[in-house]
Amino acid sequence: MVDRSIAARTQVGRRPGRYVLRGVVTAYLFFLVAWPLYLVGRNAFADGFTNLNDILTDPDVTHALRLTVVIAVTAVVINTVFGVGISILLVRYDFPGKRALNALLDMPLSVSPIVVGLALVLVYGGRDGWFGPTLEAAGLQIIFAVPGMVLATVFVALPLVIREVVPVLQEVGDEQEQAARSLGANALQTFRRITLPSIKWGVIYGVVLSLARSLGEFGAVKVVSGNVLGQTRTATLVVEEKYLNFDKGGAYATAFLLALVAVACIIVVSVLRPKEDR
Amino acid sequence: MTSTTLVPDRPAGNRRSARGGLPLTRVSGLGLGVAMVWFSLLVLIPLAAVAVTASQGGWSGFWRTVTNEQTAATIRLTVGTALLVTLVNIVMGTLIAWVLVRDRFFGKRALEILIDVPFALPTIVAGLVLLSLYGPGSPLGVNIANTRIAVFLAFLFVTLPFIVRTVQPVLAELDREAEEAAASLGASRYTTFRRIILPSLTPAIAAGAALSFARAVGEYGSLVLLSGNLPMRTEVASVRILSSIENDNPDSAAAVAVVLLAISLAVIVVLDVIQRRVMRRG
Repeated sequence: MVDRSIAARTQVGRRPGRYVLRGVVTAYLFFLVAWPLYLVGRNAFADGFTNLNDILTDPDVTHALRLTVVIAVTAVVINTVFGVGISILLVRYDFPGKRALNALLDMPLSVSPIVVGLALVLVYGGRDGWFGPTLEAAGLQIIFAVPGMVLATVFVALPLVIREVVPVLQEVGDEQEQAARSLGANALQTFRRITLPSIKWGVIYGVVLSLARSLGEFGAVKVVSGNVLGQTRTATLVVEEKYLNFDKGGAYATAFLLALVAVACIIVVSVLRPKEDR
Repeated sequence: MTSTTLVPDRPAGNRRSARGGLPLTRVSGLGLGVAMVWFSLLVLIPLAAVAVTASQGGWSGFWRTVTNEQTAATIRLTVGTALLVTLVNIVMGTLIAWVLVRDRFFGKRALEILIDVPFALPTIVAGLVLLSLYGPGSPLGVNIANTRIAVFLAFLFVTLPFIVRTVQPVLAELDREAEEAAASLGASRYTTFRRIILPSLTPAIAAGAALSFARAVGEYGSLVLLSGNLPMRTEVASVRILSSIENDNPDSAAAVAVVLLAISLAVIVVLDVIQRRVMRRG
């Protein structure tokens, strides 16, 4: 290696070391991700389409799938509105506590989902939560009901839109917004005509990633849902329940559906992104 | 992904945010108020509730709970395995990022997608996915289900994207001239890597490592089916918290949760410090 010439050393793609690294990386990803992922697909279709057919005609499972979609979409809408708003505030405005807020917004990414669930139960739990009994007296049950599951899902996916939109907002700068404002546009017009079109792609990536994360949330939802069959059971909870009840075919088929959506989300983002970046 | 917070490849943006911004107007002030109320109700108050609940038994109560033999074992296993996984990720993540940036070959795009799969895949499905290759009936003929290796493997799977995605953009922006200069002055490739490339990657690697450590420490979903959750052997901290909740013992659940929250908070502080250092340099 030492006596090889400088030219060869700096040239791209001619070194044996390169093939070794390429091989190591490919093998690592093959054994850690690709092969296991493929096996789930194969197990789901081990008996042809029977597994998939069984779960799609099971009213409890279809209810769970519908509930999952409703919760995920609600959570994504909330996170998108909140995320775009807070991103604009963080990038364009100055206020006390901005740095602390910026750091705290990342918190949900590094908190255990079980802790998220516990935290929500302690505050909104109907029996002895801080606000729970009051809300329940007013007729609003949160824990062991859909609102709590939405809250848990919103919590875990909270930073994703923000983390996509903030860098885009920083990149585009505020010259155009200033120009629009000096030409007499009000805040809403400036946002709709100038800001929103320029951050469009950031928002779309954020939405797709949040959707994937929200559809797949398990731990936090498990704690706050109570997992009531036909009422508060989501798709990820179905996977667990089916597997533990020795209905492996059903578990693999449901897992396959969830994996399909997740991989589709990743592919959508990866296909869209280069157009913007390069 | 999460990497965007740490990517120091947007100098214009960094300068802008360092400069601050406009003072709040009436509309934006109202917006900030609404956002803060929502953020408090959703995140800050519930997390405070965990801390308050944990402190109700006093310091001795807290200490007794977290040093309980079974609980201490779960914390040791979780933190120990997370550290080990983070070390593996530091090496493999940097290597993967290197290959994705510097190499060009057929199928690279597919590898790019594989990196993000663990991030988007539901954790319970991640557990099932690993079980199908490394569990009973494995085509490889291994069965690591219900062992500590399963915990390691699950952590490794779910933390895969973090270091790759923080290092990749930094590596892509790196100035090749310094490397060529070093090589032309006779530095070996190892020396060039250690003296020229590695120092510029260190903040990104550290940031990715912090994220991956935090993610591993809080992991739950992928372990449910994979590790068997055997007390004293494969039970992790999150599982311990959940069983305390299910046994209607929120005080001890909160005590263990505070330990995990302290780790998350430490990670956030580390990230903030790294980000600020990178920004100042840029």
